Amino acid sequence: MVDAASSFRYRQSMLMIAPGQDTAGPGSPPADAAPAARLIIAASHSWRERLRLAMTDLGATARLWPLVWTLSLFDIRLRYRGSLLGPLWLTLSTAIMVAAIGVLYAKLFHQDVATYLPFLTISLVLWNFISTVASEGTTCFTQADAMIRSMRMPHSVHAARVVMRNVLVLGHNIVVVALVFMLFGTRPGLDCFTLLPGFLLWLADAFAASLLLGLFGARFRDIPPIVASVMQIAFYITPIMWNPAMLAHRGLVRAIVELNPFYALLEIMRGPLLGLPLDPAAWQIALAYSLGLFLVTGLVFVRARPRLPYWL
Amino acid sequence: MAQLIVDNVSVSFPLYHTEGRSLKKTVLAAASGRLGEDSRHRLTVEALRGVSFTLNSGDRLGFIGSNGAGKTTLLRTMAGIYEPVAGSITTEGAVTALLDPGQGMNPDLTGNENIRLRALFNGYSEAHIRKLQEDVAAFAGLDQFLALPVRTYSSGMVVRLGFAMATAILPQILLMDEWLLAGDASFLDKARHRLETMVRGAEILVLSSHRPDIILEWCNRLIWMENGMVKADGSPEEVLAAYLPPDQFAHALEAAGKAA
Repeated sequence: MVDAASSFRYRQSMLMIAPGQDTAGPGSPPADAAPAARLIIAASHSWRERLRLAMTDLGATARLWPLVWTLSLFDIRLRYRGSLLGPLWLTLSTAIMVAAIGVLYAKLFHQDVATYLPFLTISLVLWNFISTVASEGTTCFTQADAMIRSMRMPHSVHAARVVMRNVLVLGHNIVVVALVFMLFGTRPGLDCFTLLPGFLLWLADAFAASLLLGLFGARFRDIPPIVASVMQIAFYITPIMWNPAMLAHRGLVRAIVELNPFYALLEIMRGPLLGLPLDPAAWQIALAYSLGLFLVTGLVFVRARPRLPYWL
Repeated sequence: MAQLIVDNVSVSFPLYHTEGRSLKKTVLAAASGRLGEDSRHRLTVEALRGVSFTLNSGDRLGFIGSNGAGKTTLLRTMAGIYEPVAGSITTEGAVTALLDPGQGMNPDLTGNENIRLRALFNGYSEAHIRKLQEDVAAFAGLDQFLALPVRTYSSGMVVRLGFAMATAILPQILLMDEWLLAGDASFLDKARHRLETMVRGAEILVLSSHRPDIILEWCNRLIWMENGMVKADGSPEEVLAAYLPPDQFAHALEAAGKAA
């Protein structure tokens, strides 16, 4: 393909760089640079091949966790860049909301502030995580379109980023929970060892939900407002502001409470923190819904992953 | 040894947001048979159709063709961003794509923060990130600007940062769109120098450009894209002679001769 004229010019241009002139070029290859692996991207309709690529995507995200961490950190920092208090606003705004709503609703529901306020604080902080992950999950790919369209990157990085960012927010809000618990002498129960598996389940659910909602949100642009409305309704039918015990005598809540995945998810974290005994029913419901979520997300991700960049 | 094999690659874009019938008919009539319908009657644009070629170390390939001929889509497909609908892409060696000046950078983050993200994406250690930041600062000549958000940069500065970042991580295969030309003359000299060092190290360069003089100067092979297909593939002189009107071709040869 190289004819005489162009190869001559090629040599000539190479000659222009004298050996000592080399300094402006890139340095020696870094020891930790990406190895020259062979990568084959083939159009394939076989599920096995697609599953393999989807697993590779997830594995690559696991290896890129420093990137996920830094992206999330920058997200939070960027949100409060130039503000005096910075990310402290997260803590402060939660504290203000809890104090205002707590006092008002304790009166409305005829509740004792000392028991209602710790309940409300932990409920609101946990719910904030769920609803923010759901709403930010729907845009996790559409917001990262510049990144997705400029380099090959595992797509699940963007879902992991939503989860990590909200874990950081949760970390700021937990301070308020700790303060309120100290103030009113609320103590986690003996069953609080279940908090660890509970939190791990939350992380897995949050990741799966972001991935699923993100894919749907990229393909169907109506998804973000739909999810926002659904989460709004869920906020009212889930015992967050109100305790199911308040309505137990009316007998109408059982169905809503027992079929509500958000209630089960909340309960496996909230119960042990408020010193309630282990609730096996809540765990069963939470695990069943989670399993369903993982299955659906897995199917959708394996199927839709190669098409995602075309949708942005 | 770096290698890049493009084997019978086809790419088609679904058009989701044009459901209206009349619009569909208008578009169908206007576009010379490149619009089709897929099995579920969605409108699709066939951006690439059966493209094949193989590149080996030392190859410097250029793409030329009118707007919408599929050059940028082909670069994105070679970079692994769009996975092909048919065919396959095989790459051996680290690929870097310089497709748009923004480079997936977050304009609200500072230059240094964007460099850090890029380095983490490549799995660099903390010590290496600092070295990369210094290297990019020196090469792009942005020094104190790297502490400012990227959105405050001029477009030329963004180009310099993107180029410095992409080449400082030593890709074995570099895919470039023509925006590089937005740099000023002294930067172009530096960029050329760095690319030449890279290509001499037996790497692959793929460049898409509308400017014949750039193609003649940089490439030793040229592919002419038309309607998503390879129209001609050969030495830059051969292909340009067919692509350009004779007077423009003579002019381009002259311009390239001066530059070399």
